[in-house]
Amino acid sequence: MTSQMVLFEEEHVKIVAVCDALQRDACAKAVFLVDKNGQLLACSGDTASMDTTSLASLTAGNIAATGGLAQLLGEKEFAIQFHEGENDNIHISLVSQRIILVIIFDQRSSLGLVRLRVRKASGELAAVLKTIDTKAQEQGSSVFSEITDDDIDSLFGDG
Amino acid sequence: MSFINYSSREINCKIVYYGPGLCGKTTNLQYIYAKTNPEAKGKMISLETETERTLFFDFLPLSLGEIRGFKTRFHLYTVPGQVFYDASRKLILKGVDGVVFVADSQVERMDANIESLENLRDNLADQGYDLDKIPYVVQYNKRDLPNAVDADYLRDYLNPTSVPDFEAVATTGYGVFDTLKAVAKQVLIELKRGR
Repeated sequence: MTSQMVLFEEEHVKIVAVCDALQRDACAKAVFLVDKNGQLLACSGDTASMDTTSLASLTAGNIAATGGLAQLLGEKEFAIQFHEGENDNIHISLVSQRIILVIIFDQRSSLGLVRLRVRKASGELAAVLKTIDTKAQEQGSSVFSEITDDDIDSLFGDG
Repeated sequence: MSFINYSSREINCKIVYYGPGLCGKTTNLQYIYAKTNPEAKGKMISLETETERTLFFDFLPLSLGEIRGFKTRFHLYTVPGQVFYDASRKLILKGVDGVVFVADSQVERMDANIESLENLRDNLADQGYDLDKIPYVVQYNKRDLPNAVDADYLRDYLNPTSVPDFEAVATTGYGVFDTLKAVAKQVLIELKRGR
């Protein structure tokens, strides 16, 4: 079973910085970082008009389905996906086999530029992910061991 | 796998509604969606066939309130119930924190219920989970139908481990929130234990 994912402030700042730089350098509209279970970790760019929660969930579903296809064909996974629309395009790639990097871009950028910038950003993100893993193992989610039964009851109006 | 974000002070958990085809999993989510305040819910997504059968999953993000300054957000998913969508069902169980098994109370669906429950146990095992160890509740749906079998009979076959179970009529909402609360509560208790 996969362990719980914990994202601390310091690493969150770092991954947002990588996403911001990628969005700028790739001339992209928006950049998202999503975990394989559909949780949104970070986003940057023009995301105000987008339903980021749905986008994260559907991207993860897409990656899961593609991973299933890959296995059927005897591949480990398909690390990169590209969807071309009339105006907007989506480039989806896996970082460290567990985090999904999503770039949304239009005619102001190109697939070549996006791929180039994604390669650089993936390396940086992989390094931060390593720190997140180490930190999670060391610190865990100790705050939540202090949750009382009353806290949980009051959330459901039973307290 | 729950996700705790200290930066945005959020706890995110994933709950999956499982059960045979046409048992009412999507109807559960639709009722929750209809009865939840707009500020506490996101958009409900249904990936369905032209005949409105779930093809891949339904998805509903829901906020339940705050615990110790952390917003608790639950992502509710359903799986496609039809037997031949097994590959999709397996994928949706990835990273699950809690499961609701929705049973169809109609007598002619008993074999489908049992088959689906066995399939749930197998698919969870494939992902490294043990149904007896994760947050899990059972819902006996369609209690209003004339051919619904006795709840004790359903319990004998579908809930041998006596996890919390609820009678429901998802179309009217009876039992829907009780089911959700029970599984969400178990998920938070697991989190408290620091699973």
